[in-house]
Amino acid sequence: MSAISRTLNSFLLKELVSGMALTFSYLFKEKVTINYPYEKGPISPRFRGEHALRRYANGEERCIACKLCEAICPAQAITIEAEPRDDGSRRTTRYDIDMTKCIYCGFCQEACPVDAIVEGPNFEFATETREELFYNKDKLLRNGERWEAEIAGNIAADAPYR
Amino acid sequence: MPKMTIDGVEIEVPAGITVLQACELAGKEIPRFCYHERLSVAGNCRMCLVEQEKAPKPVASCAMPVAEGMVIKTDSPLVQKARKGVMEFLLINHPLDCPICDQGGECDLQDQAMAFGKSFSRYHEEKRAVTDKDFGPLVKTEMTRCIQCTRCIRFATEVAGVEVLGAVSRGEHMEVTTYVEKGIASELSGNLIDLCPVGALTSKPYAFTARPWELAKTESVDVADAVGVNIRIDSRGREVLRVLPRLNEDVNEEWLADKGRFWVDGLKRQRLDRPFIRENGKLRAATWNEAFGAIAAKLKGLDGKRVAAIAGDQCDAESMFALKELMLALGSANIDCRQDGSAADANARASYLFNSTIAGIDKADVILLIGTNPRWEAPVLNARIRKRHLKGGLKVASVGGVGELTYPVEMLGAGGDTLNQLVSGGHSFADVLKNAKAPMIIVGNGVLARPDGSAVLGLAKKLADAANVVRDGWNGFNVLQTAASRVAGLELGFVPQSGGRDVAGILDGASKGEIEVVYLLGADEIDTNRLGKAFVIYQGHHGDRGAHRADVILPGAAYTEKDGTYMNIEGRAQLGRLAVFPPGDAKADWSILRALSEVVGKKLGYDSLEQLRRKLYQANPRFQRLGAIEPAAWTAFGGQGEIGRDYFRPAISNYYMTDPISRASATMAQCTERFVPTAAGGKTGTHG
Repeated sequence: MSAISRTLNSFLLKELVSGMALTFSYLFKEKVTINYPYEKGPISPRFRGEHALRRYANGEERCIACKLCEAICPAQAITIEAEPRDDGSRRTTRYDIDMTKCIYCGFCQEACPVDAIVEGPNFEFATETREELFYNKDKLLRNGERWEAEIAGNIAADAPYR
Repeated sequence: MPKMTIDGVEIEVPAGITVLQACELAGKEIPRFCYHERLSVAGNCRMCLVEQEKAPKPVASCAMPVAEGMVIKTDSPLVQKARKGVMEFLLINHPLDCPICDQGGECDLQDQAMAFGKSFSRYHEEKRAVTDKDFGPLVKTEMTRCIQCTRCIRFATEVAGVEVLGAVSRGEHMEVTTYVEKGIASELSGNLIDLCPVGALTSKPYAFTARPWELAKTESVDVADAVGVNIRIDSRGREVLRVLPRLNEDVNEEWLADKGRFWVDGLKRQRLDRPFIRENGKLRAATWNEAFGAIAAKLKGLDGKRVAAIAGDQCDAESMFALKELMLALGSANIDCRQDGSAADANARASYLFNSTIAGIDKADVILLIGTNPRWEAPVLNARIRKRHLKGGLKVASVGGVGELTYPVEMLGAGGDTLNQLVSGGHSFADVLKNAKAPMIIVGNGVLARPDGSAVLGLAKKLADAANVVRDGWNGFNVLQTAASRVAGLELGFVPQSGGRDVAGILDGASKGEIEVVYLLGADEIDTNRLGKAFVIYQGHHGDRGAHRADVILPGAAYTEKDGTYMNIEGRAQLGRLAVFPPGDAKADWSILRALSEVVGKKLGYDSLEQLRRKLYQANPRFQRLGAIEPAAWTAFGGQGEIGRDYFRPAISNYYMTDPISRASATMAQCTERFVPTAAGGKTGTHG
């Protein structure tokens, strides 16, 4: 390149102008950022978020206290106690997940023979205190009730690949 | 000894065994469901099929006797195919409810389906469903899971000796049932749960409580009776969840009686978890220092003759040893471990041991029971007698005391008179006893605890001498103790020292005011009303009779909560081990005594269990030789005198409730209500 064109480019700020032009061109393109928390990105049906205990359509809790999730949990975050319910069926009296221990591997969901414990799509469950992250059965069942529609949709969507 | 070839390896095996046993000797694993070493061969599960050369079809190895020159293949393609087929058939009607089944994780069917089965099912038709049966408060049934191996039927009939189980219908419709709805009234019914290879029979009290993989397993010894059954305590956290038997051919084979298995819920109720002091007639919670202070204040300046100690039925040897040393240091000779007033003589080992040994029962050909009901006093030992009976050629007779036993018993008479006739040879059975090859006399603890117990013991010894029951290499004189701590206590010499009082003397003295301080080490089976105004110190684990009367309560540990040595009826020292920690402030018993000794100014010379054991072993080396038994010398024992003409009663009137733990257990209460209605205050079937 000749000395003249180099001088010309620097005096006419060509690099600056072309850079600004690129910036300007993005003004007309679709945005990649979203306005979180008002907007959210898409997540996979296999997303492993906050846990929930599901119920059957008739309201009966699914969990049968088989303790396979407790056994498989690599972080030993799950604690279960069980006894016969009045009608003789096998149910938990205690189902605790320590969310601070949980590593969100999804093994519990894989181990569950009745699709009771699932990791739902919710990832926004930050708390102000540590204690709030020690989930008990009540909390998990409430999660299940709140997220049932999404969870059922996710399981249905993932079913063909299982 | 036939020679055979198993998987290409030639092996010589004992004649008369089955192919399955031969394969095991050769180190080959044969899957099986219906076959069990201690039961008769049924051959109906077909899982043990192996290939035999020159046989047209695979053979069921459990039912095939070995023969010279047999060639067996245990892992050929044919065998694998056969196993897969059998497993598929077994699973046709087996519900796939492993997640809610208590057997899950320790299920033979589960394991063998993983090892030998197919990974998928071709069966899409309807499965069989069977109504559940009522087997009583201990055994839970889920009969749909049954694979019809009939182990339970064979166990109940052969080992437990109660013919309550059977099968109705055939083929797919076969059902294991009691015909009439009734519980399994056997003291060994818990073993059905262990035997069932699937989850058809599971433990009712333990239902849905835990999975096998969560449990910490501790090997220990049972104290429900004096047999010293080897057990495994399964615990989780601070809770004992269940007890299972361990294999010990010399003691319990692989059985465990129901009390020792199902009383564990009693370990959670009525527990003493902190010291108490009685003030103004009421017990109030106190600290250890206060409790020790109260005792020290009472003992200060008190003559040792006015102090006494009684050891209970479930104490470990270490705590009794420590208490004995403490009492001797205090100058007291009034100690006794025979709270029922038994006449067992601590100076003659033969007078309190089961001299023939439990395994010796297998050799006996004549057994004379004197005032004992072995079925309730030692169910596992009773199973051994039944096993001997099934072999044939055993004659059992009884003087007094039997209940409903599981083998035929000839009743000779009620009590002392009959015994006298036997000694003098005036009774026809005297000759039977004399001419027997290996005669056994089993004296129950119930007769020794009679007021004339010493005379009965003396007469029994006379009978043993007259009938020549004690011979070269065979001592047929046996005492069937019922308290787990008794033999250890007698070995330790936890009996009145020279000039001391025995239990009756202590109670007499206490009611007259001659004894001012009574130390009860887990002793509940005494008449606490006769303690009079004495200052009673109760050290134990349950708030039972002793604790109700106590002025100071020191909370001790139950057998699952401490390391201790126990001696069984044969004098076999065995270790009990700590499975869970004692509740609340409670401590191991020896350490309480050690701490108390310092406060009362008679410090015992050991600071750890090891140091204590070293002293214990010095005092009596038999405690060190774990698992070994030492034959007792045949020396003189027993008293003389008139024997009452009344009936020789067995020591136990209700098997399910004999001690603080079983009295606190809800399961044992249910059993009492169901199986011993009279003891529960209920009516029998013939009432109104």
